[in-house]
Amino acid sequence: MSLDWGLGALINLNHPGHYIHWHVIDVSVANLAVMVLMVAAFVAALFLPFPGRKHRRGEEE
Amino acid sequence: MSSTVDRQWTTRLRKRVEGTLPPEKLLPDTQPAYVASWIYVFGVLTLVAMAEVIGTGVILAIFGPQWWHVSSLGHFINSLHLWGVEVFFFAMIVHLWGKFAMAAWRGGRSLTWVTGAVTFLASILTAFTGYLSQTNFDSQWISTQAKDGINSTGGGAIFNVLNFGQMLMWHIVLMPLVLVALVGFHVILVRIKGVVPPIVENPEVGQ
Repeated sequence: MSLDWGLGALINLNHPGHYIHWHVIDVSVANLAVMVLMVAAFVAALFLPFPGRKHRRGEEE
Repeated sequence: MSSTVDRQWTTRLRKRVEGTLPPEKLLPDTQPAYVASWIYVFGVLTLVAMAEVIGTGVILAIFGPQWWHVSSLGHFINSLHLWGVEVFFFAMIVHLWGKFAMAAWRGGRSLTWVTGAVTFLASILTAFTGYLSQTNFDSQWISTQAKDGINSTGGGAIFNVLNFGQMLMWHIVLMPLVLVALVGFHVILVRIKGVVPPIVENPEVGQ
């Protein structure tokens, strides 16, 4: 069985990229998706509670 | 006798290292409470991704292009190398945003910030030389596009993107050495100065 059978089947990447054109902005959908995910990860990292944070309060400064 | 020993470079270096970065500071048991936040995870995630990229790069170097182009396992390791780079840049950029937002150069940490920024630029050069080392039509296309840009700067005289051997050596020897040295220095600086506190929790730091 081929190793690319699993995740590769979820999204078909075997085609020319799709692009978004808006005035001077020219970005591929793939790159835009990565940018959106980075912003989402940044915001989530700021606001999601970290496991054991309450427990650590009051530990060494 | 002791003065002679004290003057030895090994003695002076050891004492300096012991004073600047004692073992308990290099590998601390605990961290300040404010480090318990997801935003502090992305620096370590960048390091993990870098280790994965180096590991898969070593495997690719062992077996070579014919292997990574035609065999299933070669494709898989090649893909791991690519996606490791994606995770590396993803985590590094979120890490950079986080450190920029908390003004991480405070408290005498300017060199830590600068080494991080230089590492970011060096990583881009490493990735670009990686594009040129794929040994496929994509790398041929990218090299012919890049040569005009490089040549317009005059850099083409010593950095020839059409020279596959040179680009491969930069990608698998020079740039990994530079990156590992920069990242190592960056991490050591973080350990010496400590993790930067949030602005609101310790406003007097670095003023």
